[in-house]
Amino acid sequence: MTTREYMLGNVAIARGLLEGGVQLAAGYPGTPSSEIIDTLASREGRDYYIEWSVNEKVAMEVAVGAAWAGVRSVVTMKHVGLNVAADPFMTLAYAGTKGGLIAIVADDPSCHSSQNEQDTRRYAQFALVPCFDPSTPQEAKDMIPYAFEFSEKFEIPVIFRPTTRISHGKSDIELGGIPTDKPEPNFEKLLDRWVMLPKNARPRHTHLLSIQKAMEDALAESPWNSLELKPDAKLGVIGAGIASVYAKEALEELGLEASFLKIGTYPVPKKLILEMLETVNAVLIFEELEPIVEEQVKLIAQEAGLPVTVMGKAGSFVPREGELDISAFLEALKKAFDLDVEPETGSISLELAPRPPALCAGCSHRATFYSMKKVFGKDAIYPSDIGCYTLGIQSGTVETTLCMGSSISIASGLYHAGEKRPICCSIGDSTFFHTGMNSLLNAVFNKANITVTILDNRITAMTGHQPNPGVGYTITGEPTVEVSLAELCRAMGTGSVAVVDPYNLEETQEAFKAAKDFEGTAVVIAKQPCVISGKRAGIKRIPYVVDPEKCEGCKQCVKFGCPAIEFDEENKRAVITALCSGCGVCAQICKFDAIREVKR
Amino acid sequence: MSERAGVKKIDLLITGVGGQGAILASDIIGKAAVVSGIPIRAAETHGMAQRGGSVVNHIRLGSDFGSMIPKKGADIMLALEPMEAVRYLDFLKDGGVIIVNTQPIIPVTVTSGMAKYPDVQEILDTLSEKYIVKAFNADDLAYEAGSRLAMNVAMVGAVSGYLPVPKESLLESVKALVPQKTIEINVRAFEMGRRKVEES
Repeated sequence: MTTREYMLGNVAIARGLLEGGVQLAAGYPGTPSSEIIDTLASREGRDYYIEWSVNEKVAMEVAVGAAWAGVRSVVTMKHVGLNVAADPFMTLAYAGTKGGLIAIVADDPSCHSSQNEQDTRRYAQFALVPCFDPSTPQEAKDMIPYAFEFSEKFEIPVIFRPTTRISHGKSDIELGGIPTDKPEPNFEKLLDRWVMLPKNARPRHTHLLSIQKAMEDALAESPWNSLELKPDAKLGVIGAGIASVYAKEALEELGLEASFLKIGTYPVPKKLILEMLETVNAVLIFEELEPIVEEQVKLIAQEAGLPVTVMGKAGSFVPREGELDISAFLEALKKAFDLDVEPETGSISLELAPRPPALCAGCSHRATFYSMKKVFGKDAIYPSDIGCYTLGIQSGTVETTLCMGSSISIASGLYHAGEKRPICCSIGDSTFFHTGMNSLLNAVFNKANITVTILDNRITAMTGHQPNPGVGYTITGEPTVEVSLAELCRAMGTGSVAVVDPYNLEETQEAFKAAKDFEGTAVVIAKQPCVISGKRAGIKRIPYVVDPEKCEGCKQCVKFGCPAIEFDEENKRAVITALCSGCGVCAQICKFDAIREVKR
Repeated sequence: MSERAGVKKIDLLITGVGGQGAILASDIIGKAAVVSGIPIRAAETHGMAQRGGSVVNHIRLGSDFGSMIPKKGADIMLALEPMEAVRYLDFLKDGGVIIVNTQPIIPVTVTSGMAKYPDVQEILDTLSEKYIVKAFNADDLAYEAGSRLAMNVAMVGAVSGYLPVPKESLLESVKALVPQKTIEINVRAFEMGRRKVEES
């Protein structure tokens, strides 16, 4: 009897790694990839090494070390993380591996929680590395052991690219066995492979190009690509990855006679594409983000001299941005073949209030931003970074967000460009360890006159509370060195470093004033645990209430933007709700002394 | 509702606000479906939305395609919050069933005076024009059962009669997924939610 379990896609991927005999897993948290490492870490009786690394480049290099020692390793990240890890990755494609290495890079079409929508399949093409593109969580799990074997057979790293709907989709998953016999690590000193001097790199590039055809042929035979030719169909549909299930479902619902090719691997299965092109007059290609399959199909059609009409992103049948779904497929079919398949729309007209995500009630970042704004004022410039605190955009203190770690360097650039306004940037603790450190070092070295605020909430919060070098324990809960942000900043030569409690507005504002007056790069570290992880760790504070007798209805506390503070329009008084976590910042803001702790 | 491999196909949408327990609600149904041998696909909102944002979960029982419900494809919507019921109506079939918790959660855009929260009765009246609406205050019901935190489980109970999953399997998965100490309260909340819809 087979075992089936209800699983999140990322949990299924973690299971696939176990079934594939993984021996080392490293990653940097990033939605939608984070639960893969979290799941592997929470497993009892682990027989593999696991870590959260400080950034994706480092994680990649750790995984490479293991693969060069001949064992199976995995590195996980989100799409933008591969930009950080691209440097080692591009050369790793030349050097290759011994043990299997899978780079799991989760894409986020539609930017559900990302700063862009880049398509990782382009990186696979760029690096000449194979890519696996699962269409369901079940397939994602099943592909992983295959991907390890493939990587070892061709001695090349492979990319595994789930998308948000795979990673955060759930399904009943049929489980396979987990191997217990794993190879001993044995680093072989292959200097012409592991030392990428020009003399060694040149022939490796030739080698990499030489194996492309063999990899493509092997992948075409794999179960991840499948062609269903309908004898009389003149229309062909090609679906890639998750887009293939949307297309398939719509075709079945419509009962449309079309040949169907599902693609789950790159380089694309040319053989199968050619087979389809030989039988149809027109083909519609359905893939998320970049027209990668489409470009290949056009090349193949042209090389073979086949007069097939190829429709997809070109001609705007399928959008090049955002997430696809069944409606998008029906829309494309309708446009391409003038079919009557328009889904009716008919929503109800009621004005709804937007519900954007917001900083939690009692989040220390809100208090830090409040003090920052008080001291630096409206005129100052506020570069920021990537993390929960980006939601502080409502506080007016998040004016740039480019990529992890960039806030400090952008602040430096603004200053060196000659900006005369005060510049105060902000960055989270994990982001600072990720790539903010380099930027601070650069700012100090090149004498940027800026204030750097490190929002130290003692955890990597936004992605689900993963530990970082500042918290004092590893992913498995083992105690480790607790790196001091203040000492680190001082060691880099920062002339002014202050550590404050953001819940104490006076203390924080004094520190910001001193930092603003300081000539050179000043650091203010606002330290207070994340309210969610703090609550889990047992921190209990007494909630606050508004005294309606004293409240003048001035709305100062409401403007602070805490979700626990509402305004009672009827009585013209502020009200604190059950969401209050007891940080007490609003009590410090109230001029009328109307906010106090709940009496016990 | 098409039949696939003898299982009735039901597309269910759960809508609400980050922190209300939409994921746990969908997990209860998902786990129970697997135990009952029903294929299931689901998609959920993670990450940013946990900070009080709008969330939507797709659940497809008896489906072996993708996890995303097509527009106008959902048979039932389980709305943990009234305004969030309206936000995702595009996904619900005409004449579909909406089970809605009438307890509003006011977003920051409203507390800060940038937007207005629509009148709850007006929401319900508008919904009733096109859909079958079962509305009650699930927060109060859960409080009666022993804890407001059991609201999501009360709502699962409320929708349970519409699902092709046996009630016993659903209750087993409630017991397996809620914190040990709260099993009794949650089972009570489930039963009360179920009765609320049966009686209406």
